[in-house]
Amino acid sequence: MTVHLNGEEKAIAAGRDGDGAAMAMRLVAETARLMGAPRLIPVASAHIDGALYHGDSGTLFAERLVEGGARVSVPSTLNVGALDLTGCSRQRLGEHERAMARRMMQGYLKLGCQPTWTCAPYQAGHRPAAGADVAWGESNAVAFCNSVLGARTNRYGDFLDIACAIAGRAPAYGLHLPENRVARFVFDLSGAPDAFLADPSNWPVLGSLYGRMAGDAVGVVTGVTAHPGEDQLKAFAAAAASSGAVGLFHVAGITPEAPDLETALGGNAPDEIIAVTAAMAQDARKRLSTAAGDRIDAVAIGSPHLSHEEFIALDRLIGGRRLALPFHACTGRHALEALVRSGLKDGLEARGVTIVADTCVVVTPIMDAVEGGVLMTNSGKFAHYAPGNTGYATLFGSLADCVESAVAGRPVFAERPAWN
Amino acid sequence: MELKAQILCAGMPGRGLGLVLDAPISFWGGVDPKTGRIADVRHPQHGASVAGTVLFLPGTIGSSSASAVMMELVHSGHAPAGLVMHQPDAILLLGFLTASEMGWRPPMAVKLDKAHHALFSGRDVTLHEDGTLAADIASA
Repeated sequence: MTVHLNGEEKAIAAGRDGDGAAMAMRLVAETARLMGAPRLIPVASAHIDGALYHGDSGTLFAERLVEGGARVSVPSTLNVGALDLTGCSRQRLGEHERAMARRMMQGYLKLGCQPTWTCAPYQAGHRPAAGADVAWGESNAVAFCNSVLGARTNRYGDFLDIACAIAGRAPAYGLHLPENRVARFVFDLSGAPDAFLADPSNWPVLGSLYGRMAGDAVGVVTGVTAHPGEDQLKAFAAAAASSGAVGLFHVAGITPEAPDLETALGGNAPDEIIAVTAAMAQDARKRLSTAAGDRIDAVAIGSPHLSHEEFIALDRLIGGRRLALPFHACTGRHALEALVRSGLKDGLEARGVTIVADTCVVVTPIMDAVEGGVLMTNSGKFAHYAPGNTGYATLFGSLADCVESAVAGRPVFAERPAWN
Repeated sequence: MELKAQILCAGMPGRGLGLVLDAPISFWGGVDPKTGRIADVRHPQHGASVAGTVLFLPGTIGSSSASAVMMELVHSGHAPAGLVMHQPDAILLLGFLTASEMGWRPPMAVKLDKAHHALFSGRDVTLHEDGTLAADIASA
């Protein structure tokens, strides 16, 4: 398969606009070849996941682009970095890592990206129009962008996201093409009681189950009669994109490309109908915990980054009490500014909440190194990644469970709406 | 035994122990970029190292930072000696493409149906420049 570049694209790849722009265009074109895309298409915006330090190679890559005179050609937001540049929280990084992580973040700013530093750019004002082609990285943001906003992006990996932002183009394949956005299977929640679906803590559980069953296939969720709320769709998307390679899902009657089941399926019969049962949901919930017992060492919430509404809920749940355990609430500057404006920030910190901005606890060392430590979370994504990235085992609970446990200093689980 | 695989990304031909993963993996969070060790405690091959192996992947899941982990593995010298995928994954292979642009000589990546992967498990596998996968039966 060969990819057809137009005259302008060929000239850029050959160095007309400098070495940085040339490297970016070549990466986009090479990916197009690899994925069988016949041509490139213009993109309206980008979300860049590449500014997170994983080692020196990524810093050197960003600096190569800067030295080559590259600039982004479309509005581009940045995902989390390895440092909290707001100073709200501290990272346990060595001198070398800290310097390289900072150089990397600075490199992406020099390329013209916006210092949003959040994995929830869609709640920080970056909401492309339905049907717009964009180039987004960060698995949860990709799933949200496609599914909830109805904009079109593939799961662009680190480095391709910035390459597309500089080139202003993406390979024409996958989820950019309408025929690939049609659901192939049905994830049927009609057996779930309304009260079960109204409990926010079930959405990351269902997302995790969905992702494991979907792999990279597009599906449609049915049986959801009331809109669960944007933060719940955010949690579902993040969990689904952690346990599977989910780039797009539909929720019949809720998301923009699924006014009803038939439309989501493109008029075809589904390949498979997964009737979700109480036992499947219970098992999925259990899988989010790798620890069992009375121990808990810390709590982390905010993956994806907390919205202002989630901070208000946290503030109410804590009330006048003080937290007895380290409690990390991860967010972006968009929500941090609202927290400061509303006067909630100081009160939360005084009661023991550590606000983490620009980054989060699973991408950079923030939490104390604790032998055999147990982390409680209400995030399906944290539950998935914390054991490998932090060494902490996980206990999954609702936001209320997280707060009550942090107050008590031991795991406390409230009764949940039953599904029998 | 020899099988011809389709070349996805040209790179350095290589030789190593055939490591056939039993389940899809997310490289970010699943593989330590500093060592190549499989860090995902839920993965059946948790604790094994991908460094220097000819790695057979049934699929990839999860984070879009897999490319960054793959490029770091190449840069730090802990990449697999060869990568065999059931189907091309733009995210993972981008780590090789970018490493190549940076001049860091990544290994080759080829495509081979996963039905054939198990044949190479635990064997001394060579991935040749033309995409041929050769395994020494005697070493099994």
